[in-house]
Amino acid sequence: MTNSLLLISYLLSAVLFILSIRSLAAPDTARKGNLLGIFGMILAIVATLFSSLVSDTLWVGLALIVGALIGSYFALKVKMTALPQMIAAFNGLGGLSAVLISLAEILSGSALYVENALGLLIGAIAFSGSILAFAKLQGLISAKPLHFPLQRTFNLMLALLVIASCAHFVITGQIEPFYLLAVASLVLGVTLVLPIGGADMPIVISILNSYSGWAAVGIGFSLNNILLIIVGAIVGASGAILSYIMTKAMNRSLMSVIFGSLGESSAASVQEVNQQAKAGDPQDAAFIMENASKVIIVPGYGMAVAQAQHILKEMAEVLASKYNVEVKFAIHPVAGRMPGHMNVLLAEANVPYEDVFELEAINREFATADVAYVIGANDVTNPLAKTDSSSPIFGMPVLEVGKAKTVFFVKRSLATGYSGVDNPLFYAPNTFMLYGDAKKVTEEITSVLEQ
Amino acid sequence: MTDSFLLWTILILACFAGYFVVWGVTPALHSPLMSVSNAISGVVVLGALITAGATEFSSAKILGLIAVVLASINIFGGFIVSQRMLLMFKKKEKPLPQEVKQHD
Repeated sequence: MTNSLLLISYLLSAVLFILSIRSLAAPDTARKGNLLGIFGMILAIVATLFSSLVSDTLWVGLALIVGALIGSYFALKVKMTALPQMIAAFNGLGGLSAVLISLAEILSGSALYVENALGLLIGAIAFSGSILAFAKLQGLISAKPLHFPLQRTFNLMLALLVIASCAHFVITGQIEPFYLLAVASLVLGVTLVLPIGGADMPIVISILNSYSGWAAVGIGFSLNNILLIIVGAIVGASGAILSYIMTKAMNRSLMSVIFGSLGESSAASVQEVNQQAKAGDPQDAAFIMENASKVIIVPGYGMAVAQAQHILKEMAEVLASKYNVEVKFAIHPVAGRMPGHMNVLLAEANVPYEDVFELEAINREFATADVAYVIGANDVTNPLAKTDSSSPIFGMPVLEVGKAKTVFFVKRSLATGYSGVDNPLFYAPNTFMLYGDAKKVTEEITSVLEQ
Repeated sequence: MTDSFLLWTILILACFAGYFVVWGVTPALHSPLMSVSNAISGVVVLGALITAGATEFSSAKILGLIAVVLASINIFGGFIVSQRMLLMFKKKEKPLPQEVKQHD
């Protein structure tokens, strides 16, 4: 294949990739869009394999097949609740791949020091950071933010070491500072993700996603490959935008996520509340909901942990079909462990996507709703985010469930959410707490409704 | 100089393309967006293919081959997970008459 044919194939692939992401604008077009992405990838790989750049197709082809088998196996097996760690793991492999390529380039005598150093640096952070994120999400290590003494000083020294070794390598081209850069970047990836945890995980995943894109840009520069640059920039932009949306939805700045200041400041703001929360039982809840004309369900991560999405869908269905209740689902952008996670979980339970609404679209509807059924969510409904400027969650956009005539909170206890802030809604006159496991409580309500 | 300027031009323009196209993605599909973008970031496989495609066996070629395997896992895993997710997003089978469609 001639060089110009290769370039045309790359251009076509780039267009296909852009169209593929473009098609995610609506669920109807999205499936076709994924296929466009697959075509783009096949085109790019085949064109490269048959170009003059690759002379040994046998071994390379074998390597591709091995990767395809491993990747397909895990992708077909993964549960949708475990999606975030799966994405983190895949992301890490992409990062490691970038590390190996830049190492191979330097070993085979490439003189593009800056480009390879950047590919190595970003790829290494994406790799070790993603693996740590994977371990946290998978529960292999504690998901809580982890702090150790002199953490910031250590990170700063490490960052300086990265810069120094990078500069040393770029100037001299020696291999030793290159290895040092690799090790320092790998450690930096770990120490950057260690202090982040809990509800901040969606942000971390998005940032790491962005890094793997920028690593591809670095490799693109070192190999003079336009497709890598284009795709890398799009992926980098995508991850960056998602992190921005997530930080915005949690009212956090990127700096405060990275330095983990929320955990520290919130401890002081937990206040003693000597009010009484009213407990309801599933019978009452079922009675109130079957007589309602509009019920809005607000699922949070606790719902996913309890695997309550299927029974929740059943409850919604019974309400709609047997009692003619209008049922809607309201999703906060940070519900779940990655952007859009809750939408996937509800889709998995066959909830039609037309019934699922984003925060801005549903917020004014709570005032006309008879019941808000909050299941496994807490902070994202806390009205203090609007009223209490001293609260750590002040300014965070929240679902205004308190405006509904009756609010049910399905929760294990009155414990605070991740932010450590008490929720005054628990003590509101129109709120009933349904204590217990999200799945069990919903099952009980559904069985009463079905009678 | 001109060559690297060309690459920078492509990079900057691609950033703009990415910016606008990603903002157009509906929030409900942010998870598929992540896994699709994750899959296409596996395009580093091209770099790996080139490094691994050398005729002679060397440590660089071995590293390249490992990189091909890793990127290939990323690509196949990413696209398959995306497809699984997207297949689950369904419309209502029988829209109830009293329901008003409010989807944007």
